[in-house]
Amino acid sequence: MATITMRSNARRRQGGVRKESAPMLWAILAWAVGLITFFPVLYMFLTGFKTEAAAVDLPPKLFFVPTLENYRAVFSINFSPFFINSAIASLVSTLLVMVLAVPAAYGLAMYPTKKWKDVLFFFISTRFLPPAGVIVPLYIIFSDNGDPELFSHGLDLLGTMRGLIILYTAMNLPIAIWMLRSFFEEIPRDILDAARVDGAGLLREMTQIVLPMVIPGLVATIFISIIFAWNEFFFAFNLAAAGTSTVPMFMVRFVTSEGLFWAKLAASCTMAVLPIVLLGWAAQRQLVRGLSMGAVK
Amino acid sequence: MEAASIPPATSEPRSETSLVRRIGNQPIGRLLILPALIYAILVTQAPFLLTLWYSLQRWNLNRPERRGFAGIDNYRFLFTRDPAFPEAAFNTAAFVVTAVLASLLLGLLYAELVNHRFPGRGIVRTLLITPFLIMPAAAALTWKNQMLNPNFGVVDWLFRTALPGNISPNWLGDFPAGSIIIVLVWRWAPFMMLILLAGMQSISEEVREAVRVDGATAWQEFRDITLPHLTRFMQLGGLLGTVFIVQEIDPIYIMTKGGPGNATTTLPYLVYEKARESFNVGLGAASGVVVVLISIVIITFLLRVLNRLIQET
Repeated sequence: MATITMRSNARRRQGGVRKESAPMLWAILAWAVGLITFFPVLYMFLTGFKTEAAAVDLPPKLFFVPTLENYRAVFSINFSPFFINSAIASLVSTLLVMVLAVPAAYGLAMYPTKKWKDVLFFFISTRFLPPAGVIVPLYIIFSDNGDPELFSHGLDLLGTMRGLIILYTAMNLPIAIWMLRSFFEEIPRDILDAARVDGAGLLREMTQIVLPMVIPGLVATIFISIIFAWNEFFFAFNLAAAGTSTVPMFMVRFVTSEGLFWAKLAASCTMAVLPIVLLGWAAQRQLVRGLSMGAVK
Repeated sequence: MEAASIPPATSEPRSETSLVRRIGNQPIGRLLILPALIYAILVTQAPFLLTLWYSLQRWNLNRPERRGFAGIDNYRFLFTRDPAFPEAAFNTAAFVVTAVLASLLLGLLYAELVNHRFPGRGIVRTLLITPFLIMPAAAALTWKNQMLNPNFGVVDWLFRTALPGNISPNWLGDFPAGSIIIVLVWRWAPFMMLILLAGMQSISEEVREAVRVDGATAWQEFRDITLPHLTRFMQLGGLLGTVFIVQEIDPIYIMTKGGPGNATTTLPYLVYEKARESFNVGLGAASGVVVVLISIVIITFLLRVLNRLIQET
């Protein structure tokens, strides 16, 4: 533990946020840019509490008498199943991702073989391939008939939660492995060597020494995996069915609303983004590490 | 890859116990990687091999009896007789280059703004990150309706009231590509900010102080110290942005459905349309292969840069 604290102190001394305060004008400019960027989100949030008539009223009002009518309406047109499906798809796929990625990342970080880099780059190359490249065969092998020339029947995964979970696990696996590997690598080797000399087995080494040290990294990886799965659109749109649709599919219902139902749209958008925005705010420091595949710490 | 070093059971007449022992003798690191590796190969590589196979087939789901080997006919059709294809290829390049460069510039501005100390700095950074966390489908709907709608949109209202001449552009109709790029940049500039901010914060304070003692202005300090140091962070942001932005189809589906005409159809969107709205498996697969081939060119380049960046850290 001592080594880690010393290291992070050294890093802090080396760089970090500027020490001296910026002039007042700078603060005003920064706040203005921040508020303008955030405005669409704020406006969406506020509109969810307006009446339908007030939602399309211009000039836009920031102060008004709020109503919960839209939220009641959104739930009465069955928003909950979509929300629950999204939660299941994100949480179960994230669990699978962690089960596969933690040992893999640990192996890559602690027992590097000659080809460890190739393996790592293979994983990341699977994330960079556009889903559009595999959607046609997925649609066929996921259907219940499958491809009659190749197999006697399909996997029957079309329109199931299992199908989405399998794909989301594959989608988040590379990022999780890269991110976790960079966390595992920061564990001081001396501590592990000491434990091995004491005769600790792999299981004890992992559960008692390594895992407690990388808990922040695990949490960040879990958050990022949930964020990507929750927001995913392409597979959900192409492969889900009526009972297994996720939140983005609920949003699609509003695509053609020309000035109608904007308040209800805003309310459902708010519900759709709220869990992820909160997770993201909590994980903002680690976000960059996951998204840059560990290249930026 | 590692799996290749274990000979398959059928290749030599060895008993099962011997194979088990061989696996057991592998270094533990390799065994830990295997489950994830097998999963990734099964779920991502196997379907792609099928895409390759289907792209060589004449197979329309409405006429399954006419199925057969088609050679490169599907590709020939795409490149020579599909009017949407060249347009989509051009759009993809234009969208990605513009959106990535604009996100980088705006992200640089965001990062420089919050890399100074001022009251509420943490809150401003949080506000700036938020667009990246918003579900792309929800972001596209909010922009399409509440921001850019020509009758009730806030942006439109601002143009009408704040600018002289009562201009009220029909954003999605007159500037469909621009509107989609605006939404992409709004969502991806925060991502660039996060990467560039990490870069800025790794500049040592001593170096900054040294140039300040020499009497450098704030602009000179930014130009001579910050920017050169950020080069590799910009490369990283640019390349990752490219990879992720190429894959985006949600804003296109929600805001313009690829139109008007094919004005906002990108290659991934075209594949999606072909796969979903027509029953031509062969053609859909062929366009998928082309998208992947183009991506592989980008990926190879990206992995090389990423590899270099990781060596340096």
